[in-house]
Order: sequence, then structure tokens, then C-alpha cells
Amino acid sequence: MTGFISRRGLLAGSGSLLLAGCDKWTTAPQTLDVLSLGEKASRSAQRLLVADRQALAPEFTRAEMSPVFRVNGSTNPRSADYVRHATEGFANWRLAIDGLVNQPLALTLPQLRAAPSRTQITRHDCVEGWSAIGEWTGVPLGLLLRRAGLQARARYLVFHCADTLLGKPYYESIDLVDGFHPQTILAHTMNGAPLSIGHGAPLRLRVERQLGYKQAKYVMRIEAVESLNPIHGGKGGFWEDNHNYQWYAGI
Amino acid sequence: MGESATMPKSSPQTDLVYRTRLPVRLWHWTNALTIFIMLMTGMMIFNAHPRLYWGAFGANLDHAWLEIGNRGPHGYLTLFGFEVPTTGVLGYAMHTEQAFPPLVTLPGQYNVPVARIWHFFFAWVLVIGWLAFALYSLFSRHLKNDLLLKWEEARPASLWRDIKAHARLHLPRGEAARHYNPLQKLAYLGVLLAGVPLMVLTGLTMSPAMDAAWPWLLVLFHGRQSARSIHFIVAAGLALFIVVHLAMVLLAGPINELRSMITGWYRLPPDDAATQPVTTEEGA
Repeated sequence: MTGFISRRGLLAGSGSLLLAGCDKWTTAPQTLDVLSLGEKASRSAQRLLVADRQALAPEFTRAEMSPVFRVNGSTNPRSADYVRHATEGFANWRLAIDGLVNQPLALTLPQLRAAPSRTQITRHDCVEGWSAIGEWTGVPLGLLLRRAGLQARARYLVFHCADTLLGKPYYESIDLVDGFHPQTILAHTMNGAPLSIGHGAPLRLRVERQLGYKQAKYVMRIEAVESLNPIHGGKGGFWEDNHNYQWYAGI
Repeated sequence: MGESATMPKSSPQTDLVYRTRLPVRLWHWTNALTIFIMLMTGMMIFNAHPRLYWGAFGANLDHAWLEIGNRGPHGYLTLFGFEVPTTGVLGYAMHTEQAFPPLVTLPGQYNVPVARIWHFFFAWVLVIGWLAFALYSLFSRHLKNDLLLKWEEARPASLWRDIKAHARLHLPRGEAARHYNPLQKLAYLGVLLAGVPLMVLTGLTMSPAMDAAWPWLLVLFHGRQSARSIHFIVAAGLALFIVVHLAMVLLAGPINELRSMITGWYRLPPDDAATQPVTTEEGA
């Protein structure tokens, strides 16, 4: 220790102290609880404005697609189960649909590929600000939910994924309005080719009126639940539990 | 409104005039807070992906017309392919690799979800305040009487005269200072009729749910990434407005201006051409 503190260092130091002091208040849970009213108002307003709740996200032509659709988030899950499925070409992989359903399902990839499908060219909007347009083909989620028979108590659908971020399992959830929306599909094909591992093979959720972090990749299991509280951190998703991102990602 | 009708409009001894009515003052101070928070949280959200595109899509491998970034401790701004070093200001400053440095963002530390929560709360404050003020301006005739330019003010020659007067820092004095001058009117009208509505509409265009509900937003702004670019440009315009606005307050006499925006009472600056002597202890 020299005991010498430069004026510049002192200014920078006191600046960061001041900023750190501000952040303690600006990021406090109590502050965020109050300010979250804004997000709740946005959700209510958007649900009201989308009058029939079936309004479609814009769809595009092949000519309007991004030349390269970047990958982000988890791009190569390392869990032993997933690695085994990937090396087997997902031959022994099953999508489980369970929870509050009358008829739990376990579907193979060929079954999902053979099921009625919807193809849509849509815009993927990351919460960071970028957008990419790609073509997705998959099974309408509503079709599978009707097959499984949702019980009356079911209010949310939880998507359990094969990937982990920062050592925690990725998961996401949506409500039944989005669950039965015609553009909500479980995509097994992207831009005409089987979904790549980088984009979420073998199956990825597309919920087109919400931001990118809701588009769960590597979907292993769909659970119908009455409440999100008992699941992991209780806020309905990985980013919601761990990083203050909001459950409703329509804006 | 009612209260102002009963108040004396001016008192001849002091040249104090009641110039700024309560709704105007309320909207002013609400916006002063709201727009600062929107700008600071907006810059934090921008930091998540400091690149701007034109059209429907745009990501890292697509062409960006504006980019803020850094190579090690060297910050840069790229505009239409032309790079400017910005170390210490943008891209790399205060020992952090943020596009906008911690000094001007909210929160100071990188935290996009918290910035979003703040941004969307104050977005509602901005929208509700704007709606209330727009209705007030229309029905109280504030828009027509105080903000819209009179025919003679809108003539090119008259505007040019006002531009020259501003360039020479000759601000209106005496009776002329009782009303907003033409450039001042245009600046306030710009914020009220263009700035805030454009911010709100381009903000909504970035929402995937709004694009489903109101697809015309995408037509209006030429796609989501163009809307994001316009959102950024108009925000920069509002920041520029604030800088000029504060400079004008300083030039016109900050104490007098602040008082009129707090209490509504404004002291007319003595007219140099006027013959009667006026005490000027509060001038400048």
C-alpha cells in the first residue's frame, strides 16, 4: 500500500460507490414489486386489445427470411441423457405430456412428424433487441392438448427442457390462451430441415406473440398445472426465477 | 382554468405575469422525471444489443447502420460504415464494456430485466400524462391560444427573423415575453405532437403481441427493426431537446424561469426600448 490515491481514482471510486448505492435501491425487490404494475398493465391491455385472443402474429414470405438465423442461449446441452438421445438420432426420445391431463402421452419423433402440422414463417424477437425471420414446421400444441384431454383445473403449461443454464434447468410456461393459439406449435423442422441442435432439436416451442426466451428449446416434457408456484423458483421460467425477467413476454 | 380566471393577470409594479397554468406545470415536471428515466433505462436496454438495423429483421450477422462496440479498452461508434473512436464515452468507459456507460444508465450495473421493468412502468406514466395533457390542451384552448403558431408567425420571413434572433441570443423582452416565441412553440409542439407519440408507437411496434393486434404498426414503421431504429433516433431528438431547453432556461434567467414553472408567475424581462426605468435586480 502506498497510501496514494489519485484524484481520478478517487472520483471513479466514489462514482461507482454512488452508482452501487443507487442500484441497491433501483434493483430492490420492493421497488420492482411496485414497478411491475407497469408490466401487469401491459399484459392486461394487450390481452384486451387482442380481442378474440386469436389474432395472428405477422407471417412472412421465403424472400423476407433472414439469410442466417443466429443461435443463442443454450446451443449444445451436455446432460448425459440428452447426449445419448442426440447420438441415437433421438430414436429413443419421447415427448411426455402429463400433469393435469386425462390421458398422459409419450410421443416419438416419427409420430410427431407424421401428425398434422403447421408451417409458418415468423419473426423471432429476442428480449435483447434483435430479430430473425425463419420458417418453422410443427404440430399445433392445441391438437396434442385436446388429445391428452386437459382437466378443468389446468391453467398453465410448463415446458421442461433438456438444457441447463448456469447449472439450473431451463424451463418455461405459457397460459392456455397461448397454448391453444393456432400459431403455437412444437416445431420439429426449421427452414425445411430437421431442427438442428443449436436451434433446439428435437423439438422447440414456438409461441409467436411473445419474446425469444419463451421459445423453449429441447422440450422433453409438457406438464399441465394449476399453479406455477410449486415449480422450481415459482415464477414460471428460468429467466423469470433467476433474473427478474417477466413471465409475460408480449412486449 | 377556473383558478387562473380569478387571478390578476399581471401586476404593473413588478411586471409579474401569471404565465404557466397548473396542468402545464404538472405535465412539465412529470415529464422531466419520466423522460429522464425512460432515456436512462432505454440506454441500458440498448446496451443488450448496441446495433441498429433497417427493415423487418436484424441480428449480429446482418448489416447494422449504427453500432457501438469495443475492442479491448477501445470504444468505437460505427455510423453507415464510418468508424469514430469513442473511448471514455461510448463502447468502453468507466472501466466497463458497455455501449452507454454506467453514469447514464439505470441501473448503473448491466441489468436489462430491471431496466425493462422501470421502462414499462414509466411508459404508462408517459402515455397517461400525454393523453391527459393532449385533452387538456385541446379543450382549454392551450393548444390553439399558446402553442399553435399565429398566421403571421408561420410566415417564412417571420420564422427566419426568429431564427436570427435566437442565433444572436436575442430573447424576447417586455410584452413579447408574455407569450412563447415561434421557435419555442415549434419545439414544444414537436415534443407534444411528434416526439412522444412517435416514441410510444415505435415502442409498441417492438412488441410481438402488439404486432399481432395492430399489424398496421409494422406497415407504418417499415418493420420491427426500423421501428427500433426510429425509437432510438427520436429518443436522441428528445435528449437534444432537453439540452437546448436547459440552455435556453439558463440564457433566459434560470430563477425567473424556474419560478414560473413552479408557481406559474413569470417576471417579464424589461424591454430595452421601453422608456420607463425598471429595477432589474433579478435580471440575468
